[in-house]
Amino acid sequence: MIKYIFRRLVQAIPTLFGITVLSYLLMSAAPGGPAKALTFSANTTPQQIARVEAELGLNDPLPIQYLRWLLGDDWMRWDSDGDGIADGAVIIPLDADGDGIPEPPGNRRGILRGDFGRSFFYRRPVADMIGERVAATLELGISSLTFALIFGIPIGIFAAVRKGGAFDNVTRVGAVILNAIPNFWLGLILILIFGSWLRVLPMGGRAPSSILSGYPPIYERLEYLILPTLVLGGSAVAIWSRFMRASMLDVINQDYMRTAKSKGLSNQMTWFRHGARNALIPLATFLGPSITGLLSGAAITETIFSWPGLGRFGVQAVTSQDYPVVMAVVIIAAVSTVLGFILSDILYALIDPRIRFN
Amino acid sequence: MAAQSAVTKLDLKQKSGTVGLSLTQLALRRLRKDRLTILAMTVVIILAILSFSAPLITQALGVSPTRTQTDKTFLPPGSPVHILGTDDLGRDHLARLLYAGQVSLRIAFLAAGLSLTIGVALGIITGFYGGIIDDIINWLIATLTSVPLLFLLLIISSVLRSLSNAPPSDISLIIALGFLGWTGTTRIVRGETLSLREREYIISARAIGATPWRIMFTHILPNLFSVIVIALAIDIGSLILTEAALSFLGLGVMPPIPSWGNMLSNSQTFFTKGVHLVIFPGLLIFITVLCLYVIGDGIRDAFDPTSRD
Repeated sequence: MIKYIFRRLVQAIPTLFGITVLSYLLMSAAPGGPAKALTFSANTTPQQIARVEAELGLNDPLPIQYLRWLLGDDWMRWDSDGDGIADGAVIIPLDADGDGIPEPPGNRRGILRGDFGRSFFYRRPVADMIGERVAATLELGISSLTFALIFGIPIGIFAAVRKGGAFDNVTRVGAVILNAIPNFWLGLILILIFGSWLRVLPMGGRAPSSILSGYPPIYERLEYLILPTLVLGGSAVAIWSRFMRASMLDVINQDYMRTAKSKGLSNQMTWFRHGARNALIPLATFLGPSITGLLSGAAITETIFSWPGLGRFGVQAVTSQDYPVVMAVVIIAAVSTVLGFILSDILYALIDPRIRFN
Repeated sequence: MAAQSAVTKLDLKQKSGTVGLSLTQLALRRLRKDRLTILAMTVVIILAILSFSAPLITQALGVSPTRTQTDKTFLPPGSPVHILGTDDLGRDHLARLLYAGQVSLRIAFLAAGLSLTIGVALGIITGFYGGIIDDIINWLIATLTSVPLLFLLLIISSVLRSLSNAPPSDISLIIALGFLGWTGTTRIVRGETLSLREREYIISARAIGATPWRIMFTHILPNLFSVIVIALAIDIGSLILTEAALSFLGLGVMPPIPSWGNMLSNSQTFFTKGVHLVIFPGLLIFITVLCLYVIGDGIRDAFDPTSRD
């Protein structure tokens, strides 16, 4: 088992490597790039831009820039005698720009060690700002996933055991409709009805705006969670219920179901004790992809509901061309997706003894 | 003797309906009987015709999607001249919806065409050759699909924004959507190709010396027709949703060019003044996508060889 987990983790390395290269290349494809975004002002002199570029290491070759971003540069260029001037270096020469003055030693730790750089816009470490927003995204993600499972799985079971019946048809149509509704529009309509017309639910945010420091415990602000959960979890209900239905239909035709029935068990007993329990197993593989869906959806849902999470942070960063933040959000989303896939594979292998680890 | 001829007759009667028809002809016949799919196709075609004749319609009504009228803002639907009312700047809502439809449909159709071309070509090649090409493409797919699509589009559109310092044009949006959306099609086509390449007629084609390209594109490709048509309908639908979401977030089609997505961008501020501005664009996205999904489903059923007439 440990060998299996280890192998899955090793297999993920090329994918993760690809993600970092892809996003780094995309970001550096922007002409002018970070320096231009940082010095965007009418009265910036070319000298100032050049200084910012040198500080950011933009004069180095692209592979070195990538390495610095990934692994940091505190090991590439260091200061052993503590006078603030670099006296040792690998990969990057001591005097890279050739002006005769050695550059200061590196102090970046690289994204692999959790250093995502500083936000251009807020001038604060990106990692800190991410840390402040993770909880909100997790809160919304977990509540949406719970909502999707609580409704999706029973709907799938009942649709399968009464295949072709009224319930099956209604839920099938419902699933197609939920998939076709643009979820930002669904959010707007829900805000319009419950927030603007009926005034029973807040129009957005995560807590009353009067609170200045910290968030009250979740049970005191449940009303803020309802609409975002409906929007983010709604399409997930559709997907989970269809998946559960298909899985349940596979199980229903198995021999052991007939055996269970023929030994005199009631229908309900066969469906739930023998059917649903086995039909749930393949759903483990679906947890990984559903994390991707939740994260993608979070960007939109959080923006509509002014939910202070990572998705909204990412969207704002794109608008303000805050590259370190954009990169951090993309990398975090990608890594959690890859880990989600691995986790669901492991879960699948754990709960289904028929799966062998080799 | 009599019994035997009765059997033959019965056999002929059963077969006469379907005998001599190709899978595609059978599918078309089934489609013609599928009222829901026909209805969905009609709706999409009508929407497309209306959108692309927007200049004619607006001229006939005497309205314009760009003319702002400060004295006629937030007119409700049913107002004289402005059938669906006006927006916050007094522009005619119907005219804007029609022009937006043009933009949204064009982007979705072209991006779907692009992603399908890439997806089918890569799928056939990887399925046919296997080996290292297959490994590389699979790695690329795993990488692309592990970044949530919207975030990938966010980076690309931020790069595109800074590239030109101008709002991304239709073309760059189409390219971005097309180059990211091919992974699903590639997977399906690869699977189909894997099973097709073991068929006897492919082996015979090889035996008479057909080149790999000839086998891939004249023997395998036509057999993927149904898969491609289904993927096209579903792709266009989901691309309309993606484009709308991007434009809504202010990263896709940029105002003043209207798209169904960006018409909803500021709609939260219209809640009290003009609810129609929130309802119609979303409704049009919803109806179009729903119809495309229904069409995709209908075609899938029609091409399903196990389904009965």
